[in-house]
Amino acid sequence: MRGKVLALILLAAPAFGQGFAGLGTDATGFALPERGPFAFPADHAAHPAFRIEWWYVTANLTAADGTEYGAQWTLFRSALAPFEGEGWASPQVWLGHAALTTAETHRAAEKLARGGIGQAGATTAEAWIDDWRLADRMTAHGDGFAYDLGLEATGPLVAQGDGGYSVKSAAGQASRYYSQPFFRASGSVELDGRTIPVTGTAWLDREWSSQPLAEDQSGWDWFSLSFDDGARLMGFRLRGTTDYTSATWIAPDGTPDPQPPGALRLTPLRTAQVEGRAVPVEWRLELPAKGLDITTRALNDHAWNLLTIPYWEGPIRAAGSHPGHGYLEMTGY
Amino acid sequence: MNALLSHWRRHPVQALMLVLGLALATALWTGVQAINAEARASYDRAASTLAQDRLPRLVAPRITLADYVALRRAGWQVSPVIEGDWNGLRLVGIEPLTMPSEGGGSPDFLTDGVILSSEALDDPRVRAADLPPGLALTDIGVAAGIFGQDISYLVLVSGAAPPGYSVIRPTGADLSQLTESFHLNLTAFGWLAFGVGLFIVHSAVGLAFEQRRAMFRTLRALGVSARRLASMLLAELLIFALVAGAAGVGLGWLIAAALLPDVAATLRGLYGADVGGTLNLRAEWWLVGLAIAVLGTLVAAGQSIWRLWRMPPLAPAQPRAWARESARAMRMQALAGMGLWLASAALLLVPGLWAGFAVLGALLLGGALILPFALAVVTRRLGGGVVASWFWADTRQQLPGLSLALMALLLALAANIGVGTMVGSFRTTFTAWLDQRLAADLYVEAADAETAARLLDWLGDRATVLPMIQTEDTLDGRPVEVVGMVDAPLFRRAWPLLQAATGAWDRLAAGDVFVNEQMGLSPGDETEMGTVAGVYADYGNPMPQVILSMDRHRAAYPLPLLRYALITDLPAADIREAFPTVAVQNQAAIREASVQVFERTFAVTGALNVLTLGVAALAIFASLLTLSSLRLPQLAPVWAAGMTRGRLAGLEFLRTLALAALVWALALPMGLALAWVLLAVVNVEAFGWRLPMRLFPGEWLRLGGLSLLAAALAAALPVRRLARVRPAELLKVFAHER
Repeated sequence: MRGKVLALILLAAPAFGQGFAGLGTDATGFALPERGPFAFPADHAAHPAFRIEWWYVTANLTAADGTEYGAQWTLFRSALAPFEGEGWASPQVWLGHAALTTAETHRAAEKLARGGIGQAGATTAEAWIDDWRLADRMTAHGDGFAYDLGLEATGPLVAQGDGGYSVKSAAGQASRYYSQPFFRASGSVELDGRTIPVTGTAWLDREWSSQPLAEDQSGWDWFSLSFDDGARLMGFRLRGTTDYTSATWIAPDGTPDPQPPGALRLTPLRTAQVEGRAVPVEWRLELPAKGLDITTRALNDHAWNLLTIPYWEGPIRAAGSHPGHGYLEMTGY
Repeated sequence: MNALLSHWRRHPVQALMLVLGLALATALWTGVQAINAEARASYDRAASTLAQDRLPRLVAPRITLADYVALRRAGWQVSPVIEGDWNGLRLVGIEPLTMPSEGGGSPDFLTDGVILSSEALDDPRVRAADLPPGLALTDIGVAAGIFGQDISYLVLVSGAAPPGYSVIRPTGADLSQLTESFHLNLTAFGWLAFGVGLFIVHSAVGLAFEQRRAMFRTLRALGVSARRLASMLLAELLIFALVAGAAGVGLGWLIAAALLPDVAATLRGLYGADVGGTLNLRAEWWLVGLAIAVLGTLVAAGQSIWRLWRMPPLAPAQPRAWARESARAMRMQALAGMGLWLASAALLLVPGLWAGFAVLGALLLGGALILPFALAVVTRRLGGGVVASWFWADTRQQLPGLSLALMALLLALAANIGVGTMVGSFRTTFTAWLDQRLAADLYVEAADAETAARLLDWLGDRATVLPMIQTEDTLDGRPVEVVGMVDAPLFRRAWPLLQAATGAWDRLAAGDVFVNEQMGLSPGDETEMGTVAGVYADYGNPMPQVILSMDRHRAAYPLPLLRYALITDLPAADIREAFPTVAVQNQAAIREASVQVFERTFAVTGALNVLTLGVAALAIFASLLTLSSLRLPQLAPVWAAGMTRGRLAGLEFLRTLALAALVWALALPMGLALAWVLLAVVNVEAFGWRLPMRLFPGEWLRLGGLSLLAAALAAALPVRRLARVRPAELLKVFAHER
């Protein structure tokens, strides 16, 4: 049933052809994103007038012995109909994903909850589903893993795209999108009963939309990179009849420098067989305007979230002109 | 082949008997199979639909939505359910995002407002779905709109149970297990009827073969090989089997469709198992039904074909030879029957339901095999004048030809007496027990704790109020019902204790337990819940049950008290008027409903009994009809000696009645033995309770009359034929003397 329900909430139309996970479907009745400044703190909370929204944190962590870990905390909101309803009548459905990655293993877990009753939700202060929580700490657990990380912002929020209006296709599909790429993370991860203290960085993406993909777009490759010199890069490629790439260069002080479509060049270098699919796990990224030419390598080729809607999400290392680390998300493979 | 088939053209009634016997046997067997299959399909559907019925339940006096959300936010893996009675259905509201569905059979509910139901209801929200009967399924939001926001119970999806909630483990005993013995009983009856039907087939085939001995001899003499002859006869039988089998399956379907509503009502009443009242036609029945018809024909005809195979081409074609051979076979049969009876007695020592049925089968089959010999012995003792001596000797001469039909009658009568005695004993005990159990005047149930409190306030001192509560739990590794009982003079006086330790009621109050007979324990035995102080009768309950004092029950299972027994003069209508949502039943109504369940339970066995008796009467008819033409050579000399045709016919008629009466007299002890096995062995194994056996002589007399009537009807046509036989035919006997 959960599979069917998930299909129901993510695929408002019963077709995967409508963009990945139905994200390209029609937005009738829902609000559409508009250009303009964000209204904080209200925009930290949920936007039930829009069809889909997410809170997305990825953390690159290191233990005292140098072992690297990646942690993912995600909350999706999906509306079967616009706006919030009373109690059980709420059309809002919430979906949580949590994952922990090492070079050897990748664990992922999933939670579902309906809105309106308080089991899951997002206010200006926190986002939660059951006992998974994101505020000044992020906590989640699944089968054989858990994490509890304190998050401390060391830089400003960053508006993606045109002042927070992020265009996703040549046809003009767009979302509201901001990030907090400057979290310092510290706390512990737990794997198979062992608790390990860790420190590192984390990156928050906040995005809401009603039709973020064009109909022909089948998936994406999404990078968030923190370079050793303090700069950050957000870049993605949306795969469709023609690929659409977009990127934001973020200076060490947090000043965003949005790049025009096509400026970032992404080239898969090596694919790995993951769960029977060929998934590119090594990439070359070029952004000539910033003198960027790097290759990225997955910490664990098999960072596959084998959840109801499966996708690849894992920590990566960058080498070349700008060494650093970050996260890669690949969907639609 | 044409020569072989010409026999049936000349004996259409015999052909009809063969087809009818086989069709009836197949019909009864497939009918029972169809009923069982339908019931099992319902159980499977129930099992695959309701995940919430298989997971542990968490209960508390009140569970609010806020309680649920608090539990989830603290990490407990629970899912809420709101359910209640709605339009006569059990409406279950689930939360599909947190409720696991192992069977994958549940729909996508959220905000579409749909109610899935097993029945089409006049409500725009209802959509008919393939759900177990009596069940409706919907989103928890819809259920909350109907029953209110409070959560009925939580389902523990995984992990540990949160503190403050009582865990009720699912009984684990699923419906197919609970109802297994019921279906086994039905199956046994199906086989019994099938066996009786096969007797007819055997008899018809045997006679048809016997009558064609001369033809076989001629064919063999003309050079037809034994193999070819046998295979042609097999082909002939196969055609009969297929035709009769098809008719039988159709008829069985009708029987099943007619009986299913009663069976469904029984299953609901006894086990709470919901089975649809309508039958679905399944393709596999046709195949299985036809297969069993062919198999039965082969078994029934095997002996005849074997004899034919071994018959020397020029064997004498006289019926008397067959009769003489049968006399020897009769003694062998009687010996085999004795052996079966011994085996039956020995099987009594083996535990288990199947062993119980084996005892029954051996008892019946043994009796059937002994019957011809017993009849021969009895008739030899009878005698008197010349005519009487000839009468009995001629009766003995006829025995081989009639024995199979008489065996069928014996089996039918014994089964009727046995089952009748069991049902009667059950009814007498059960109704007396009901009167004890339903000692209070009114029984009320409130929908929620708040209404219950108002009701108690309203009643004030106009009624003595005895709370009743029952949960399910596991005791010593088995699922049990746990009942909480207040210490009231009414219960002390009326509770049907079968065995009790001294001061049993005081000991119950002090922490001991009572158990029902189904637990199989005795006073003084230890259980995880306490020492057994008493054992009580609990007929009709498929589950083992334990009674704790109300205080102990309240401490162990903090559930709201919603059900009460009232000792009061208040009319039920007054309470209904003041509290429309409270279910009020008076003692008489409950008693009536229980008796009805009981009657329906045995309506099926009763119907099968009548059908079996009908089959037996048919068998006698078939045998007499075929025998009548063969008997002329024996009757002609008596006629020649001066006895009129009318007198002869009268004696023939009397003989049939005498045989039926003798069979009835022999069936009586066998039926009582059968009843004893049913009551003391099969019932104990199947249901867990033992009932005292009671005797119903009036019923026996009625059956005796019935069997005489059946015999009279069966004999009427052949005897009429004899009375009108032309003297020339009788004279021919001497002219054609072989």
